[in-house]
Amino acid sequence: MSGQLVQQLVNGLLIGCVYSLIAIGLTLIWGVMNIVNFAHGDFLMLGMFVSFWLYTLYGIDPIFAIPVCALLLFVLGLLVYRYAVSRVMRGPMLAQLVVTFGVAIFLANAAVLLWTPDFRVIDRPLLSGTFALGSVQVSVPKLVASVGSVLVSGALLLFLERTRTGKAILATEMNRDSALLMGINTDRVNALSFGIGSALVGIAGAFLSMYYYIYPQVGGTFGTLSFAIVALGGFGSISGAFVAGILVGLVQTLGGYFFDPAYKYAIVFLLYLLTVWIRPQGLLGW
Amino acid sequence: MLARRVLPVVAASAAGVALLLFPVVFRGPFPLHVMIMTFLFALMAVAWNIMGGYAGMFSFGQAAFFGIGAYTSSWLLVAHGVSPWIGLLAGGATAALTAAAIGIPCSNLRGHYFAIASIAFAEIVRIHFNNWKLVGAAEGLTIPMLPQGLASFQFHQSKAPYYYIALAFLLLALAVSWWVARSRMGYYFRAIKESHDLAMVLGISFVRYRMWAIMLSAFLTGVAGTFYAQYILYLDPESVLILPISVQVVLIAMLGGAGSILGPVIGAVVLVPLSEVTRVELGYKGTGLDMMIYGALITIISVYQPKGVWGLLYGLGARRPAAPDGPPALAGPEGK
Repeated sequence: MSGQLVQQLVNGLLIGCVYSLIAIGLTLIWGVMNIVNFAHGDFLMLGMFVSFWLYTLYGIDPIFAIPVCALLLFVLGLLVYRYAVSRVMRGPMLAQLVVTFGVAIFLANAAVLLWTPDFRVIDRPLLSGTFALGSVQVSVPKLVASVGSVLVSGALLLFLERTRTGKAILATEMNRDSALLMGINTDRVNALSFGIGSALVGIAGAFLSMYYYIYPQVGGTFGTLSFAIVALGGFGSISGAFVAGILVGLVQTLGGYFFDPAYKYAIVFLLYLLTVWIRPQGLLGW
Repeated sequence: MLARRVLPVVAASAAGVALLLFPVVFRGPFPLHVMIMTFLFALMAVAWNIMGGYAGMFSFGQAAFFGIGAYTSSWLLVAHGVSPWIGLLAGGATAALTAAAIGIPCSNLRGHYFAIASIAFAEIVRIHFNNWKLVGAAEGLTIPMLPQGLASFQFHQSKAPYYYIALAFLLLALAVSWWVARSRMGYYFRAIKESHDLAMVLGISFVRYRMWAIMLSAFLTGVAGTFYAQYILYLDPESVLILPISVQVVLIAMLGGAGSILGPVIGAVVLVPLSEVTRVELGYKGTGLDMMIYGALITIISVYQPKGVWGLLYGLGARRPAAPDGPPALAGPEGK
């Protein structure tokens, strides 16, 4: 009995790390330009499909598809920022909310048109199988995905705190006007943040493609979860998103274990609503 | 001077006559279906507008209220044989009560936070109905065929009665919206939208007034849900509780012009026939092309016409000194 519980904890932790990476990409965009990218889940879907096609057409393993996913999604992020998001940033609040919904619907259905709504899997990734750790079974691709996610998140933090560009991003996040006065090109910071946020979710897509079903609507659940994670963690807070991602992974698996697996996402959303009731700014927001 | 006073009245009467005669002229099921869906979504957009356009709470969870309204009346009918007309009120009331329950934890959320909380709430409702055996879980509810008539709220031979009922509901919602906009409450709503803090300083209890806005909006959306259930006679979570419905409602309100009384109606008149026709023309293969175009359209509208058609007309009107801020007569062409 308790062995099963430990198993659930491990599973929750493993998926939670990937949630963290997805949410960090979203929170970076949210924090820097106060835009919620509702297409974030669909960016994830594209990352998964890029990885899938590289594997299916060229035999490139998902683990090597990571840089390609990152690059392609970076470019996609830049394009979406330049041609859609940047044009509504001074517009009405409602347009800022809706604009990326349009991108999301467009991408998900473009994927249906191009690749049909079928479910696909990468049947034999390089890293597969499970190993036993005591009574706990650990899936190798899941472990790789979560360790990889933590490493990428750490690399992002280093980039933000150690490089001039990264500091410019953080400064813009703290106060756009002051950053502008200090000579930071905030429009370029916006574009860069959108690109990096998208690249991060592209990487998460490559990781997930190693063991998750790949289909055009896969972004829906992940997207909605990542909004809740970011809001739970706190506005634009990267450490908040990281903590909240892992928390959501744990709540989801434990909720499924103790209550009903069909309700695992409902439990996560309920937790989120309860949290923002008490702390509207989120766990680590200010 | 006289012409400017008479013209709107004439145009409104002409539109009224055109709307009343539409089912007589167009007898085919498709034109009537498009009009009914237009009225239905206009009704939901008017309801959204009360909380979103006036009070600034951008809800992306209206599908939850819509679904709760639909499920309440249908379950009462299927399980207890309760008249859909009582179910209609019960559905609206249940939606409003749910809205009150969700309004409490969300009462301090603004902007994006409110939008995301509303999505999370609607997801909880959808997941719950998907697993709730009492209301058929994922299989949904089928409403039994009853002898047709106003009493049973079922009409099998023609869609025309549904057309007139939907139109009546829409007019009722517009009356409510008009009343809210003119009332003291409406001014409070807009004050809260402009600045929570300032409204609070002025002694407006924003928690209380936001609650009124949410409940009113949910009630009308629940009524729309009951109508939909009686119109389609079948419902499952995937047809009434999903996010795309919520998004479409927001979009219609935005396209028409959030915050104005007639804006949501204009948005529905533009968008619903467009999406119904593209769905029929392009969507039958299930290729996703229709939704792709729809998605692109959303982005283009937000970028190029974020204030909506109403904003455009209003802008044009404002440039001509002859037409100040009186409501332009634009019900005419839209009524067909």
